[in-house]
Amino acid sequence: MWDELQFASALIVSGLSIGLMYSLIALGFVLVYKATDAINFAQGEFVMLAGFVAALMLAPKMPVLVAIGAAVAVMVAFSFALERIVLRPLIGRPIIAVIMATIGLGAMLRGLPPITVGGETRAVSLNIGDMPIGFGSISLPPVQILGVIVTLAFFGLFTWFFLRSRMGIAMRAVADNQQVAMAMGINVERYFALAWAMAGTVSALGGVIWGSMLGVDVHLALVGLKVFPVVILGGLDSVAGAVIGGLIVGVVESLAAGYIDPYVGGGTKDFAPYVLMIITLMFKPYGIFGTHRVERV
Amino acid sequence: MLSINNIEVVYDNVILVLKGVSLEVKSGSITTLLGANGAGKTTTLKAVSGVLRSERGEVTKGSITFGARRIDGMRAFDVTRLGIAQVFEGRRVFEHLTTEENLVAGAHTVRRVSKVRDGIERVYAYFPVLKNRREQLSGYLSGGEQQMLAIGRALMSSPKVMLLDEPSLGLAPMLVEEIFGIVRRLVQQEQVSVLLVEQNAAMALEVADHGYVMENGRIVLEGSVASLRDNSDVREFYLGLNEVGSRKSYRDVKHYKRRKRWLS
Repeated sequence: MWDELQFASALIVSGLSIGLMYSLIALGFVLVYKATDAINFAQGEFVMLAGFVAALMLAPKMPVLVAIGAAVAVMVAFSFALERIVLRPLIGRPIIAVIMATIGLGAMLRGLPPITVGGETRAVSLNIGDMPIGFGSISLPPVQILGVIVTLAFFGLFTWFFLRSRMGIAMRAVADNQQVAMAMGINVERYFALAWAMAGTVSALGGVIWGSMLGVDVHLALVGLKVFPVVILGGLDSVAGAVIGGLIVGVVESLAAGYIDPYVGGGTKDFAPYVLMIITLMFKPYGIFGTHRVERV
Repeated sequence: MLSINNIEVVYDNVILVLKGVSLEVKSGSITTLLGANGAGKTTTLKAVSGVLRSERGEVTKGSITFGARRIDGMRAFDVTRLGIAQVFEGRRVFEHLTTEENLVAGAHTVRRVSKVRDGIERVYAYFPVLKNRREQLSGYLSGGEQQMLAIGRALMSSPKVMLLDEPSLGLAPMLVEEIFGIVRRLVQQEQVSVLLVEQNAAMALEVADHGYVMENGRIVLEGSVASLRDNSDVREFYLGLNEVGSRKSYRDVKHYKRRKRWLS
């Protein structure tokens, strides 16, 4: 009985921490969707690109903070350029155009590393050790703890930004109605760029953390696939939803791996989140915190 | 103060919507623009505020000047910065923001936070109902409250000219009366000039100083509101009164339609 409880709590704690790291990536997706209505199918590739930047910087023994700074800088610059060159001309076009553009971009980004720096897996070593930290049977690797801290910090920052700061209110106004926002003196395009830059920043940190857990190669982009169950569950345009959705997906995945895998031989971890996503779409299509269309009656 | 000189507006490079519109908004006055659906009233306002561009429309001829500056072709947020605020048709509050957040968003061009706070208090002074609703999502306000919020939000940028698009749309007559009363007060106390687009011609001619009548993308009639009220065409087609001045019976409408005296 005691063992059972310990096993379950260990699964839950590890699921929560992994889940928060999904949230970090999902935050990037949500920010862009919330502010610009664009669905970024290349979110996973953003993470991968940031992982490569960090890995390449760390290879010649650069300080860790410099490598992280470089990853953030590259991703912000990349997001700005993407918004300016690819997405701005698509403003006002059908949403499918933006979706296709990001899918194409994702494919291009996945093709980039093998032809430039080679396809082998690279390490991102953050010099924070590998000895699990924790008490009793519940312990977590340091990088996961770092991931938890970074995610919670960004969650707090974004919550403050959207609810309290004038820029955040302006960004929500842009999300609500672009034309009216423009007439309020808000430079809508600048806010689009800002949203993309924020998404670039969280992707960069996601890339560093996930890269150091899984190693950096083209497959790192696959973590982006987990974004979809997370955001569908939490609500496509909710910062809090990204965090809660991530936690749920992480725990479900971890419990599935712990309890169902022994009977079926493994692999449930990868599809359990999608089952959850489909159930969510059936019963709560806007997700837990997603914006409903406001309707007066 | 604001003058529109013979502008043409084309949508999508082909559709000619305004065919040479000229009008003038004098400082400290209310100018009204009347006309039926599709006459081009809203397009005229959008040409001034610059939001036309986001709808693939363009001023292809003529000019719009504000003070000494030419503003046609300027981007919407720059026009707002110069002191022209637009209140959209159908209120268009930011539904997912609270009342107060709507006002904060309206003050985007104001730099100092203390000034924003003063502005919010000023709006609450004009529209006390909004103060009780400050924390509520504006999407759930009543139609009248939303219209007040839309006007208050435009006021936040301390505009010199306010473009008011159909503020009476879908509101009860008593509310319309109240809102127009406040608009009148704004003109007197805040030195705002108003360009008012209305379908409710009777109300508009009561509150405004000067009026224009638009049809098919052209101005067909212009004058002081007193002269417009006396104009037999305006009486017949916009106020629904016949020659004698009594209300027209709908029984007669189909039998006989008097021809308008202007060419459109």
